[in-house]
Amino acid sequence: MAFLDRTARTFLLAELASGMALTLRYFFKRKVTINYPYEKGPISPRFKGEHALRRYPNGEERCIACKLCEAVCPAQAITIEAEPRDDGSRRTTRYDIDMTKCIYCGLCEEACPVDAIVEGPNFEFATETREELMYNKDKLLANGDRWEPEIARRLELDAPYR
Amino acid sequence: MVKVTVDGIVVDVPPGSNVLQACEAAGKEVPRFCYHERLSVAGNCRMCLVEIEKAPPKPFASCAYPVNEGMVVHTDTPMVKKGRAGVMEFLLINHPLDCPICDQGGECDLQDQAVGYGRDSSRYTEAKRAVKDKDLGPLVKTVMTRCIQCTRCIRFSAEVAGTPELGATARGETMEVGTYVQKALTSELSGNLIDICPVGALTSKPYAFVARPWELKKTDSIDVLDAVGTNIRIDARGPEVLRVLPRLNEDVNEEWLADKGRFAIDGLKRRRLDSVWVKRDGKLQKAAWTDAFEAIDAKLKGVSGDRIGAIAGDLADAESMLALKELMAALGSANIDCRVDGAAIDASRRDFYTFNTSIAGIEEADAILIIGSNPRREAPLVNARILKRSRAGRLPVAVVGPAADLTYAAQNLGDGPAVLASLIDGTHPFAATLMAASKPMIIVGQGALRRADGAAVLAAAWKLAAEVGALSDTWHGFNMLHTAAARVGGLDLGFVPGKGGKDVGGMLGGGVDVLWLLGADALDTARIGANTFVIYQGHHGDAGAARADVILPGAAYTEKDGTYVNTEGRVQRGQRAIYPPGEAREDWKILRAFSGYTGKPLPYDTIEALRARLEAVNPVFARLDILPRFGCTDATGPAEAGAISGAPFVEAVPNYYQTDPISRASPTMAECTATYVAPIQAAAE
Repeated sequence: MAFLDRTARTFLLAELASGMALTLRYFFKRKVTINYPYEKGPISPRFKGEHALRRYPNGEERCIACKLCEAVCPAQAITIEAEPRDDGSRRTTRYDIDMTKCIYCGLCEEACPVDAIVEGPNFEFATETREELMYNKDKLLANGDRWEPEIARRLELDAPYR
Repeated sequence: MVKVTVDGIVVDVPPGSNVLQACEAAGKEVPRFCYHERLSVAGNCRMCLVEIEKAPPKPFASCAYPVNEGMVVHTDTPMVKKGRAGVMEFLLINHPLDCPICDQGGECDLQDQAVGYGRDSSRYTEAKRAVKDKDLGPLVKTVMTRCIQCTRCIRFSAEVAGTPELGATARGETMEVGTYVQKALTSELSGNLIDICPVGALTSKPYAFVARPWELKKTDSIDVLDAVGTNIRIDARGPEVLRVLPRLNEDVNEEWLADKGRFAIDGLKRRRLDSVWVKRDGKLQKAAWTDAFEAIDAKLKGVSGDRIGAIAGDLADAESMLALKELMAALGSANIDCRVDGAAIDASRRDFYTFNTSIAGIEEADAILIIGSNPRREAPLVNARILKRSRAGRLPVAVVGPAADLTYAAQNLGDGPAVLASLIDGTHPFAATLMAASKPMIIVGQGALRRADGAAVLAAAWKLAAEVGALSDTWHGFNMLHTAAARVGGLDLGFVPGKGGKDVGGMLGGGVDVLWLLGADALDTARIGANTFVIYQGHHGDAGAARADVILPGAAYTEKDGTYVNTEGRVQRGQRAIYPPGEAREDWKILRAFSGYTGKPLPYDTIEALRARLEAVNPVFARLDILPRFGCTDATGPAEAGAISGAPFVEAVPNYYQTDPISRASPTMAECTATYVAPIQAAAE
């Protein structure tokens, strides 16, 4: 019986017909793709994108060179060197992230006691050369300045759950 | 012994121990801040609380409570836990929680114990106290708000360093640790304050914010900046040595480290010789190794063996000295010397040039005579031992030499060797003190030997030791205090003029045509003959390199495996922490390579083979780290040579902070010199 059933279905193109029926059903549904890059999907306030170093509202950089992000980074993508600044405060002289090593786990952000290093909403930072993905302190601070309004809003939205 | 039960474990502890020691003997960890094994008991942090059965029902501070026979101690009852959590909460009330910017972070007793014994969160919402930071000089950085008033630093500076400069003012919450009148700490052991401070109140100034403990690669080594042979741990990150910490060695340094060994390491990054230089047309020019070897080889071809000489410097390791010695022998030269400073050391017998009593043996001595030495500057840790012995009970100490503050009471018998005669014939009052002592010590410093009559002073010192009974079958009271880490090693392997060979004085002034300096900078390079071809092998562009015709870049002590023999004669081995910079190579390898180039290859290709050769030359090199104590079996002294002059002794180390190429290149040591030495020198002028 099973043999007859299978043969009949094959010759009557039953699978093809049910597949085409499904296609036809989706043809009348609302489409799910978007016209990237002119349209973008929504992202969560916890989205882990490109890194940024933030500043305080008075312009002072937040990072205090505690090196916890460097220690926690599972990919060892962060390199920090520090020394006392002229006013005696503890600051980094070097803060590098190798974006090609980074696995975007967000542990640096979690480890930071002063919310200095954050993973922002930006995911469109593809470059033409590898070298451009070796971020230094200037690049990270510039990212922070550029994305600060968005980053602050995300932190505020996420704050109730922390 | 007293039987004590700690959490069900029965231990025997010596009578007079405290409960905390009994807990440690039982393997139970007791948190503490103020208690330190080598300091007096203060009992003011209250962290070491334990419960004791059949005693008043309250928690006891175990560090300040003596053990009794049959005592039953509990370290993990609810009362103890609650008590410790309460103490911790009080300590944290006024402690700023600035761990992320604190250099102690990651190696902080308060941090660790707060996690282990504290509550999970703070209930304190009121204002915290703030304390103004004190300026304690160029080495110790203070953040006094972090101070938990354990008073370890106060006790250390009074009891171990012997410079009671720190103290506490006011009481309770307003108590502050400081010097009262602002001043820099004058101790040569001030770096240890950083180690004993359980929090981040006292941290290292040159190391401020540089690294975290978890980033550092730790390598065990030996300090070479004085002759004590302090056991150290080198903390390096990548190609940089970032800090040096002491390792525990009860027989040598206990757990202390002198400031020069700790802070001079920034000199390892400056003024380094990292490429080969050859003098061409009167100017030193960068060259390849083969060019340098060719230049040396060409020069050596036309020179007979007795016109070639070699001098080994203060920081050389035994391996490279042996390689140089054997290279010189292959070249037919007996002109070798490791006594760069020209000190009249008799190398014929080992006990003529070692610190025979041993550093730990100082604690048994009952009278000390120091001749031509200032141990505080020449070997701060030997001085700390003498202070420790001095604090343990009456210890008459007398000094022949320039008056100096040694941190303990010392009678000055005169500034020159003239007084030695009256000590030997027993007419001097201190001779009676030495005679009466059962274990007298005579310490001879390099200041007594770097003179024309040095040999006579040495013979007189030995004679004095024999006269006062310091040389017996069970006690050897004759001691030589060296200032250079390489010296005893050099003497042990016979780096002294061979038959008919010239010593340092003979080699200078045109005594040789080719002079090989193995890191020798402590000599007057102006005295080297104008036509002498100088080969400088070393790691710093110092005096020797300035005079050189060929410079061979060598490795500093942090960059090579090396064997060093300290002033006691203790053979110790340091390990390589980082690689030498640039073209620089390990010194014995340079010598081995040159010996091959010149067609007289030395018979070793590995450091193991070289060490085997070292043991063959002198079996003491096989006795690593161990120093058997022995008495004096032969009281015959060094050969007497000439008369003693009346000239006063000159200090061997006028400036403690700058004694060798590394410390002279160090900015931190320069700052110390400006802070501590320059004002004194200016006042003297």
